[in-house]
Amino acid sequence: MLSANFTARSPLWAIPVMTAASMTNLLSLIARDRSDAAFRRLFEEYGPRVRSFMLRQGVDADVADDLTQETLTIVWQKAALYSPEKGAASTWIFTIARNLRIDRIRQQRPWQELTDQFASSIPSDMPLPDVQLDEQQRETRVRAVLAELPADQLEAVRLAFMDGLPHSEIAEKLGLPLGTVKSRIRLAYNKLRSALEDLR
Amino acid sequence: MSAHIRHHPDPATLLSYAAGALAEPLAAVVAGHVSMCSRCREEVRDLEVLGGVMMMAGRPDDRIASISSPRRHDSGKERPAFAAPSAERLPAPIAAAYGLSFDTISWRRLGPGVWHHRLALSHGARGDLRLLKISAGRAMPDHGHGGEELTLVLDGAYADQTGEYRAGDIQDVNEDIEHTPVADRGMGCICLIASEQPARFKGWIGRLFQPFTGM
Repeated sequence: MLSANFTARSPLWAIPVMTAASMTNLLSLIARDRSDAAFRRLFEEYGPRVRSFMLRQGVDADVADDLTQETLTIVWQKAALYSPEKGAASTWIFTIARNLRIDRIRQQRPWQELTDQFASSIPSDMPLPDVQLDEQQRETRVRAVLAELPADQLEAVRLAFMDGLPHSEIAEKLGLPLGTVKSRIRLAYNKLRSALEDLR
Repeated sequence: MSAHIRHHPDPATLLSYAAGALAEPLAAVVAGHVSMCSRCREEVRDLEVLGGVMMMAGRPDDRIASISSPRRHDSGKERPAFAAPSAERLPAPIAAAYGLSFDTISWRRLGPGVWHHRLALSHGARGDLRLLKISAGRAMPDHGHGGEELTLVLDGAYADQTGEYRAGDIQDVNEDIEHTPVADRGMGCICLIASEQPARFKGWIGRLFQPFTGM
């Protein structure tokens, strides 16, 4: 049940919304200049994606709006702590949105670690060039893996990440045995793992 | 510590954890393992990159009602970041979430040589999360599983039909497996156990104690 805009060969995989470098620049700008204009720019760039992510958990539009606002407010407040050598901006924003979704929509405790890995004692205007390059590489390779995934594997992974469904509910939704769902996810994961191995 | 870890979560379990799709008690156990295992920490990070790429590649939804300045819309409560791994054997995320250390756990006797301490879940979360202490050489009663179950060894060791598990090791058990863990003869075992459903104990201890403990 892939939606029309989310097929395996979607060109969206191949074209980053913003380059990693311009995302990083935007966050540095926000850290320096906490203007309304900078927040608006952040909102324009990420808001629609975060909103769409929230809506997939099955909430109404008002709740999705509030959680989008909250996600980007956290980004705004912590932009000075963000350091590009620790990971891509999209990764950071995803983890904030993911934890908020668990906390606010499912009313559960998010056990996933949030801030530590992205916060750094190194100021964000002093990135370590080599490491930052690795982080861009990592994102590029992940995008390439996604573009090559068979549709059935992509669908299982998408239902986990985007819809937040546990294995049992993915199995139910797709009318498949639990073991089949798990093995599709494992296959996708193995491809990701081998694509990123040498960046460790 | 992580050099000694030989048993890791199933890749599908780790992916669901990173995706934020794992049931709360299972996520707690994976968080405990990840705090002890640098390899899995790296893997979770890679999976989060995947999450970021997927989120940004989704179709944007432009129908946002309004944008308000963050200064007028403060973010609510903020959970503290997990502390760095301490010398304590209780994994940092668990210790932080429940304000517990090994010395402050109030163990309740479940049967001969078996104690437990139930950890509260969020309102509405399904499943079961508890610390279990088994004295040296004792067996846990046979139990089948409704849904997925994860066991993280915190101290000591145990063995069952599938192998031996030591501190930091995680056992990722699928449905329909029955196993009888036996605690190490020298050390005994303390572990953190989570299941999607209440565990169904089938041995005599289970039958005897089920009505009183809900296990």
